[in-house]
Amino acid sequence: MTLPPDIDAKRFAAAIRELRTVVGGDWVFTSDEDVDLYRDAYTPFYGEPEEYIPCGAVAPDSVEQVQEVVRLANRYRLPLWPISTGRNLGYGGAAPRLSGTMVLDLKRMNRVLEVNDTLAYALVEPGVSYFDFYRHLRDNNHKVWMDCPDPGWGSLIGNALDHGLGHTVYRDHFDSHCGMEVVLASGELMRTGMGAMPNNPLWQGFKYGFGPHISPIFGQSNLGIVTKMGFWLLPEQDEVRSHIVSVRRNSDLEAFLDTMSYLVNSGLIDSSWQLVSGIRGSSDPEIRAAMAAQAPDAELERLGAAKNLGYWSTRIRFYGPSAVNAARWDYVRKRMAGIPDVFFADGKVYTFPMNTDTVQDEPDDLFAKGGLGIPSLAIFSLGARNGSQGHIFFSPIIPATASEYRKALEVFRQAYADLGLPPLNLVGGWSWYKRTLVLLFNMPITHDVASNQRMRANYRKLVQIGADHGWSEYRTAPAFMDDVMNQLSFNNHALRRFHETVKDALDPNGILAPGKSGIWPKRLRGKP
Amino acid sequence: MRCNGLAAIASIVALLGNVAASAQQSPAAPRAVDPTFEQWCSHCHRSGIYMAGTLGLLRKYNGSKPALLEERDDLSVAAVKAVVRHGSNSMPPFRKTEISDAQLDALARYLAKQ
Repeated sequence: MTLPPDIDAKRFAAAIRELRTVVGGDWVFTSDEDVDLYRDAYTPFYGEPEEYIPCGAVAPDSVEQVQEVVRLANRYRLPLWPISTGRNLGYGGAAPRLSGTMVLDLKRMNRVLEVNDTLAYALVEPGVSYFDFYRHLRDNNHKVWMDCPDPGWGSLIGNALDHGLGHTVYRDHFDSHCGMEVVLASGELMRTGMGAMPNNPLWQGFKYGFGPHISPIFGQSNLGIVTKMGFWLLPEQDEVRSHIVSVRRNSDLEAFLDTMSYLVNSGLIDSSWQLVSGIRGSSDPEIRAAMAAQAPDAELERLGAAKNLGYWSTRIRFYGPSAVNAARWDYVRKRMAGIPDVFFADGKVYTFPMNTDTVQDEPDDLFAKGGLGIPSLAIFSLGARNGSQGHIFFSPIIPATASEYRKALEVFRQAYADLGLPPLNLVGGWSWYKRTLVLLFNMPITHDVASNQRMRANYRKLVQIGADHGWSEYRTAPAFMDDVMNQLSFNNHALRRFHETVKDALDPNGILAPGKSGIWPKRLRGKP
Repeated sequence: MRCNGLAAIASIVALLGNVAASAQQSPAAPRAVDPTFEQWCSHCHRSGIYMAGTLGLLRKYNGSKPALLEERDDLSVAAVKAVVRHGSNSMPPFRKTEISDAQLDALARYLAKQ
């Protein structure tokens, strides 16, 4: 049993008794066996006393119960860590940042409250997963599509609040939300946007409402518990197709990315895309041997050309009428044609209406289903083949330009060498957000203490090295939230001090998610 | 890592093809699929090229046991419960708000063919 700070066993027992009267005895978990289920399955502290262990978990079934739990938490100074489905694996899972925090498990609040096909939006509770929502849309024959991240067991609300991403037009899940209901740290209930006006029909239609637009402060934060959230959806399209653009030479990257920026910022490409290297990502023995021997680009390009592999490539998905998709693709090819020897390939074409349950996996496109808003857990197949015990992501975000990408590759390659890590061959760059690339470094978690300790030290050095070059993470696991927030240091950490001012005003007892995003309440600041 | 992972996928397609073929040759017993298996397990433990659980078990047993859980005849109720509540490799444990004790009991009996 890991007790919360400043609460002794007797007081904790009293809090548990009260919690049971609020949610029922079956939904308060305190035995080690039950609490273990809320530890981070991919913890970087496996077998170490530093692991973040909750004191228990409480699972309300209604907004009123959430409010009661929060009021009770204020009385006892009991810290709460809200989770939606607790499946944010690689970014912390369900575990709190501060040991002794009580997990507030919202999984039982799993109702789809509204789906509007005409204005293409939905209103859901936190426990609704992408799998749940997909099934709801299909079973009720709705003519709208959702966007989903790669792991389909996540929550629409939880993923959006952590700034999660998908593949389609509405891939930026936080940006695609419209209207929240929030239980504040006082226990008071608030609705944002036009939800603030009783009976206003635009809660899910007009996100700004009137006055300051406040919803964004509840993303990656610890200022409230979101109990309802609206999401914009994509009306069913006539066609989804994908095409691949590849360039032969490493030196083509400048023209390639500049053209992508033009097309994306012009609205001609409106889906996520990933910068990959057919050559550097190749499993071909000859190419791998050449890379191991540090062959020059010209040699790799020669080998790549013989095997029809590009040095740089991306798959572009188009959503819309067939004729419009074809016209967009024609224009992409026209813009890319200035790059010598650029070449193109066609992916699968999906024509609607169709039964999306019949969509098959594609061997050359891990994200074929995700690109259609069909949830899966296909992404985990990447780790399953090597017996992985988990991973954690280091995810710096950089401008989507060749100069910055090359610089990042060079900086992190050198960092990997200096840290004694395996040679860094390539870093995948995802453009989920316009104008940017997120570099995804998969840091393996093991059950070996020394190995995890090295990984954590390396992670912290990578955060520092990135910051030295002006790059921050867009998202991180609780173990590294302080490290990342500490790098946002303009004007003596003015931003963090602002967050702390707001935190202390809204949550004077410091009960909501202490330490989330490196934001600590006054009573715990500097202590953990 | 995704690039390397994607590049390696082609090499496992053939292996999974064997799994799929074996599934066709020995169809599951004519009984209803457990709803918990359908809701929670099927996304990783069915036949398919991106099924993490099936791939992991294929790697673990290398053909000495079926990679598909529904084809196994050596699973015990206790073993199924232990894996669901404790996880295995990159498979995380499942909480009681996701799979209740009663649902887990039915799931375990389904996979143990009881």
